[in-house]
Amino acid sequence: MTYQFFLTLISGVCIGGISGFLGSLMLSKKMSVVAGPLAHLALPGVALALIWGLSISFGAFPFVILGAIIIWLLEKKTQLPMENLSAIIFASGVGIALLILPIGKAEEALVGNIEKITTIETLAIIVLSVAVFLMVKKIYKKMMLMNVYEDLAVIEGTKVSLYNLLYLLAIAAAVSMGVYLVGGLITAALIAIPAATAKNISKGMLFYRISAAVLGAISAVVGIIIANYFQWPTGPLVILSGVVLFLLSIIFRWRNYEN
Amino acid sequence: MNNPLLEVKNLNVNLGGEKIIEDLSFRISCGEILTILGPNGSGKTVLLRTLLGLLPYKGNILWHQAPRVGYLPQGLNQIRVKDFPLTVYDFFALKNNPPLISDIEKFLNLVGLDKNIIFKKAGTLSGGQFQRMLVAWVLVSHPDIIFLDEPTAGINIGGEETIYSLLRNIWGKEKLTILMVTHDLSIVYKYSTNVLCLSRLGHPCFGEPKEILNSKTLEQIFGTEIKLYKHI
Repeated sequence: MTYQFFLTLISGVCIGGISGFLGSLMLSKKMSVVAGPLAHLALPGVALALIWGLSISFGAFPFVILGAIIIWLLEKKTQLPMENLSAIIFASGVGIALLILPIGKAEEALVGNIEKITTIETLAIIVLSVAVFLMVKKIYKKMMLMNVYEDLAVIEGTKVSLYNLLYLLAIAAAVSMGVYLVGGLITAALIAIPAATAKNISKGMLFYRISAAVLGAISAVVGIIIANYFQWPTGPLVILSGVVLFLLSIIFRWRNYEN
Repeated sequence: MNNPLLEVKNLNVNLGGEKIIEDLSFRISCGEILTILGPNGSGKTVLLRTLLGLLPYKGNILWHQAPRVGYLPQGLNQIRVKDFPLTVYDFFALKNNPPLISDIEKFLNLVGLDKNIIFKKAGTLSGGQFQRMLVAWVLVSHPDIIFLDEPTAGINIGGEETIYSLLRNIWGKEKLTILMVTHDLSIVYKYSTNVLCLSRLGHPCFGEPKEILNSKTLEQIFGTEIKLYKHI
C-alpha cells in the first residue's frame, strides 16, 4: 500500500463515516436532499480556488458555510421550509459557478480528487471529522425530538434556533469534505444513501445512527479500493458502492420484516 | 387545594395581524382540572401554546411556582413517528433527563401498557397504545401541571376508557393540575373542576361547570355554529 493510497483511505473513512452519521439525522428531518444544494454551492468556491491555484476545500468551505448561514437566517425571517430555501441557494450557487468555473479544470470540482489528497489535508479532515462527530453526537437527541415534534423540544428547554444553526454548520462541514471525496455533484448521495440503508436494517436509534456511520465508511473504502485497482474515478465508485449496500438492505428488509 | 398556580391577566395574543385572544383573565389553582371549551377557531390551542411560552403575547402570565410542565400536543400520533427508527425506549431517551428503564416500565404499567413494548418501534404501536405511551412519557418527568390539547381526537384507547378518564384516574393518585382543551361538552361535565369558555364573539366566561354550562352561555359560545347548521 502506497502512502498516498493510505491517505486516501483514511480521509475516505472519515468523510464517509461523518456523512453517514449526519445523514441519519437529516433523513429523520426529511432533509437529506438539502446536502445537494449546499454541495452545489461549493462549486463557485471550488471554481475560485482553481482559478487562484488553491486547494479546493479552501474554496468550498467558506461558500458552504455562508450558504448554511443564509439558509438559517432566511428560515428565521421567512418561515419557509429549509428544503425550499436550499433550492433557492442551490440555484444561485450553480448559476455563479457556471459563469466563472474554468470548464477545462471542472472535473475535480464535479467528481472530487481524493486520490491526490495531501498529508496536511488528510490531517485537517481527521480533525474536522472528529469535531463534527462530537458536535452532532451532542445535538443528536434534541434534534431528533425537534424533528418528531418541535414544541415538545422547546418545552424540554431546547434552544431550537441555536440547534438549527449548529446542525447547518455541521452539514456545511460534512458537505465541504464530501466535495473532496465525490465532488460537488453527488455529495448528497454520500449523506442520503447510508442513512437510508441503515433505516432499512434497524429498529432502534442507537443501531441506526452507528450503522449509518459504518455504512458510509464501508462505501468509501470499497469505492476507493475498486477505483485504485481499475484506475477508475473514485467519487462515482464510492457512491455506487453505497447504492449496492442499499439494494442489499432492501433484500434484508424484505426477508426480515415483510414476510 | 387552593394554592394559586397560574394567574393570567389581560392576556392579548395577535397572530399574523389577527386578534386571537383579547383581554382574557383567569386563574388556576393547584390540583384543579381546568377545561378550556370553545368552538373551532376560538383560540383554544393558541391559548395553550401561549401559556407554554411558545407564542408571543401582551399582558400578564404569572406562575406562582416554577412548575414542571408536561404537554400532550394535538396531532402527535403513531403515524407521525412511523418514519423514525425510534423504539419506545428511544422515545423516552429523547427527554432532557432520560429516565431509567425501571422508571419507564413503572409508568408504562401505570397507563396500562405491557412493559414488553419498551423495545418495540414506536411507529408500530396502535393509536391507543401510542396515546398511553405519550401519557407515560409526560408523567415520567413528574410534572406539576399537564397541558392536554385534544390529543385523541376521539380515539378510544381500549375498552370504554378514553385518554381523559385515564388521566382523571391518575390525577386522583398523583398530585397533578390539568389544563385541557376540548370542544366536547360531555368531557367538561365529567372531568373538570373549572371551565374557561372561549368564543369567537369575545365573551369569555370562567367558573365551575354547573354555573357556567347553562343554555344561555352555551349559545354565547357556540351560537354562530348553531345558526350555521340551521341555514344548511
